[in-house]
Amino acid sequence: MHQMTLAEIARGLADKKFSSEELTRSLLARIAQLDPQLNSFISVTEDLAITQAQAADARRAAGETGPLLGAPLAHKDLFCTKGIRTSCASKMLDNFKAPYDATIVARLASAGTVTLGKTNMDEFAMGSANESSHYGAVKNPWNLEHVPGGSSGGSAAAVAARLLPAATGTDTGGSIRQPAALTNLTGLKPTYGRVSRWGMIAYASSLDQAGPMARTAEDCALLLQGMAGFDINDSTSIDEPVPDYSASLNGSLQGLRIGVPKEYFSAGLDPRIADLVMTSVEELKKLGAVVKDVSLPNLQHAIPAYYVIAPAEASSNLSRFDGVRFGYRCEDPKDLTDLYKRSRGEGFGPEVQRRILVGAYALSAGYYDAYYLQAQKIRRLIKNDFMNAFKDVDVILGPTTPNPAWKIGAKNADPIAEYLEDFYTITANLAGLPGLSMPAGFADGLPVGVQLLAPYFQEGRLLNVAHQYQQVTDWHLRSPAGF
Amino acid sequence: MQWEVVIGLEIHTQLTTQSKIFSGSATTFGSEPNTQASLVDLGMPGTLPVLNKEAVQMAVKFGLAIDAEIGQHNVFARKNYFYPDLPKGYQISQMELPIVGKGHLDITLEDGTIKRIGVTRAHLEEDAGKSLHEDFSGMTGIDLNRAGTPLLEIVSEPDMRSAKEAVAYVKAMHALVRYLGICDGNMAEGSLRCDCNVSIRPVGQVEFGTRCEIKNVNSFRFIEKAINSEIQRQIDLIEDGGKVIQQTRLYDPNTNETRAMRSKEEANDYRYFPDPDLLPVIIEDSFLEQTRATLPELPPQKRERFQSQFGLSLYDASVLASSREQANYFEQVVSIAGDAKLAANWVMVELGSLLNKQGVEIDHSPVSAEQLGGMLKRITDNTISGKIAKMVFEAMANGEGSADEIIEQRGLKQVTDSGAIESILDDMLAANAEQVEQYRAADDAKRGKMFGFFVGQAMKASKGKANPGQVNELLKRKLEG
Amino acid sequence: MALDRSDVEKIAHLARLGLNDADIPRTTEALNSILGLIDQMQAVDTTGIEPLAHPLEASQRLREDVVSEVNHRDSYQAIAPAVEDGLYLVPKVID
Repeated sequence: MHQMTLAEIARGLADKKFSSEELTRSLLARIAQLDPQLNSFISVTEDLAITQAQAADARRAAGETGPLLGAPLAHKDLFCTKGIRTSCASKMLDNFKAPYDATIVARLASAGTVTLGKTNMDEFAMGSANESSHYGAVKNPWNLEHVPGGSSGGSAAAVAARLLPAATGTDTGGSIRQPAALTNLTGLKPTYGRVSRWGMIAYASSLDQAGPMARTAEDCALLLQGMAGFDINDSTSIDEPVPDYSASLNGSLQGLRIGVPKEYFSAGLDPRIADLVMTSVEELKKLGAVVKDVSLPNLQHAIPAYYVIAPAEASSNLSRFDGVRFGYRCEDPKDLTDLYKRSRGEGFGPEVQRRILVGAYALSAGYYDAYYLQAQKIRRLIKNDFMNAFKDVDVILGPTTPNPAWKIGAKNADPIAEYLEDFYTITANLAGLPGLSMPAGFADGLPVGVQLLAPYFQEGRLLNVAHQYQQVTDWHLRSPAGF
Repeated sequence: MQWEVVIGLEIHTQLTTQSKIFSGSATTFGSEPNTQASLVDLGMPGTLPVLNKEAVQMAVKFGLAIDAEIGQHNVFARKNYFYPDLPKGYQISQMELPIVGKGHLDITLEDGTIKRIGVTRAHLEEDAGKSLHEDFSGMTGIDLNRAGTPLLEIVSEPDMRSAKEAVAYVKAMHALVRYLGICDGNMAEGSLRCDCNVSIRPVGQVEFGTRCEIKNVNSFRFIEKAINSEIQRQIDLIEDGGKVIQQTRLYDPNTNETRAMRSKEEANDYRYFPDPDLLPVIIEDSFLEQTRATLPELPPQKRERFQSQFGLSLYDASVLASSREQANYFEQVVSIAGDAKLAANWVMVELGSLLNKQGVEIDHSPVSAEQLGGMLKRITDNTISGKIAKMVFEAMANGEGSADEIIEQRGLKQVTDSGAIESILDDMLAANAEQVEQYRAADDAKRGKMFGFFVGQAMKASKGKANPGQVNELLKRKLEG
Repeated sequence: MALDRSDVEKIAHLARLGLNDADIPRTTEALNSILGLIDQMQAVDTTGIEPLAHPLEASQRLREDVVSEVNHRDSYQAIAPAVEDGLYLVPKVID
């Protein structure tokens, strides 16, 4: 049962081959058995899952249908789930039972999904290896000594290990796409504003987007369909009609213009990944695509710009965690300042504290122009680069990451070593463009992903290309040994 | 040393929207603590702000009323600092691109002259919650009902040169926002709060001196006193050889002194940056024009019109135009009575003193505009004299009905028949023959005094009902004769 | 632009983050490393470039002025560290 994709589950439930409750119980047992090796869950919500599964079965019995009715999934632990711990993998929110549901949680629940639990992540979404969680690091099911990527490492590991078919993640600098690449999954970051941020605990407000993580593009389409759409509670949510993503999967790629930026093939890229990327290009050419060179001249400035903007916004977003109305409060605060300093000093982990400090510094008097403003200007240059490139091509293709999954602890000595892993993913967040990572092969047993970027609101195009690619390749069907 | 005082004011006005600026919570004053604090107001993780259209409209209305540039592309920014009544750890405000730019407000000084006070800008922001320091076992209690109420912060140019000018400005601003219906101006409830920036410099010096900010002064009286006490403090300080340090201070009405605020002792770096959860606010020309159409006639125009249409003096026009309610009352009286100057006088003096005595505003006046207008008509048509009118007015204030009813009931009709008056005079003069002779023998100066005696006697004899003008004329003739 | 210990202490105070004395040198080093990375931005000539605050250049939607929230104080305060008589409690604040 655990091998089934969402699409297969939907058919199985429709054909009454099994019930949602049966499936749910089976996956819960599997999670209990296997997750200790991975640590991909922070909370397993058994009671909720059974209740939702039973409800879905009842709805189906009453004649309702729908591709997500009774579908099991998990939510990254920064989506507010009412009455259930929503920790952001932080001691600061270890005791936080969210008083409301995030919009995407509510939408998916009303479509009939079954929440098996809340997945582990880098604390407050800050990281690319899922090593900074208060609840311990997550292991990559492809090699338990290696990182699964981050910050949606828990969602990635759980889906890759077939503990469930799909999960939600969030992507601020690559946190869906990069772990998807490192764990052989398909993950999509939608256009900024496509999916509501209400109830999604904010890291960097102008960069964050929620998206699906699954084994196939087809599954991502199903899950994205249940997540996307305008929300009046989110001022940054765009009122753009949601197309039928599943319908766009089957279009032919004949004449598709693929741009491969020359700046992508730089010194930092693992040559095995470079090879696999070029191989995927050949596969797509066989499907009728044409390839062109494009240029993204400001690519190299993306990481510095990101590491100003994201920490700056985060430093402000995380000010609300002060021990006053919710969350962690230190013992016996002497005075107000002590309450703030110790609650925050004890509640936040070191990476979060570092980013808050960098962010506060970048916004402080005298530095705002040189840092924050400069970064926002570079952001425009990057957006312009893409707008230019998309005049000549329909999608941009390249590696998702410079390296496959590294060993746990290997990049801890140097604070910026991990940051450089975001090289290929970060630009999509800065420009707000949709991006997808799909499995494209292995480098010594570790998964490698290829990334596709498209113009605004062309998630359908991305899913289409990925789906067609997945009809002629089988990387995405491989599963890790022991799971 | 001759000192010049420089004052600039920041007035925070709570806008009278139904819901808060970024959330759908109610803005009602005085509710149980934290019963009007939604997820957004509490700064719960994952919550986001959505902007209230009415707050925008009210701000634009204000901008148009002070002839200001409207920021048709305005941006919300975060002002970051830590304080328990600020749930998100930042206040959503506006920094570089406010919704209202440079404008001005004219104030009338005590000597009747008009001074134009510049307004630098006005911007929208959210109010913070309240701290209650009454004992909660040595803790402070935080109520976030007020957090998120829309504020329009109005910043003046440092154009005022005395506490009195400052008060005149605040009063004019207070009247304007009430006129526009955007703020109820209730200073006791905190709907309108004033921060006063005060500095002094030697007369003739161009650079400003170091200023101190007196925060949250909540009455016109206190504003005047706070500023004056601060001026004196700064003068004393400098003349004693000290220097004024830039500080935030609080006014204590009990001691009539300002003192430095402890919590603001360290300079704050607010790290302003555009709020990424909100998009730029674009005000289309059509929105501007729609809003312009909802503007009522404002005090300056009304003042002009009262002068040109009704022939009132600048002073009278200013006073009557100073509040929408008073202006409407006045105009209603004029429409009934016809005589604008008479109406102006009665509204400002007699009615004014009555309202003062009873401690009520004109919208709760015991004498309605209809009643007063009706009575004034009876003066202009000579039914009653001005003196009798005062009696009628008092009776109306006591609820005895309309002027006509009272005049009828009490038989107060003026005697205007010359024959009747002559006969009263003849009788009176006959009864005072000696005084008549003395009058005829006296010089002009003495005659003036004695004439008054005869008038008095005549009014007594007629029980006040004889028309004074006629009495005067006929009496003069008879005494000459 | 290298930070020294006192710079870090100042920023930590601004951000109300209590840092252990022992950790400050390592934190300072880490921050300087990060600043080294972001200082690379200075090489870019951005004269005449408008900053991009939001990827999609849309404008703020306005909400109708209606009261849409009801009182949920009890459930919201159920997760608060310290509450009395409906008020959130903090150590006494002196003005």
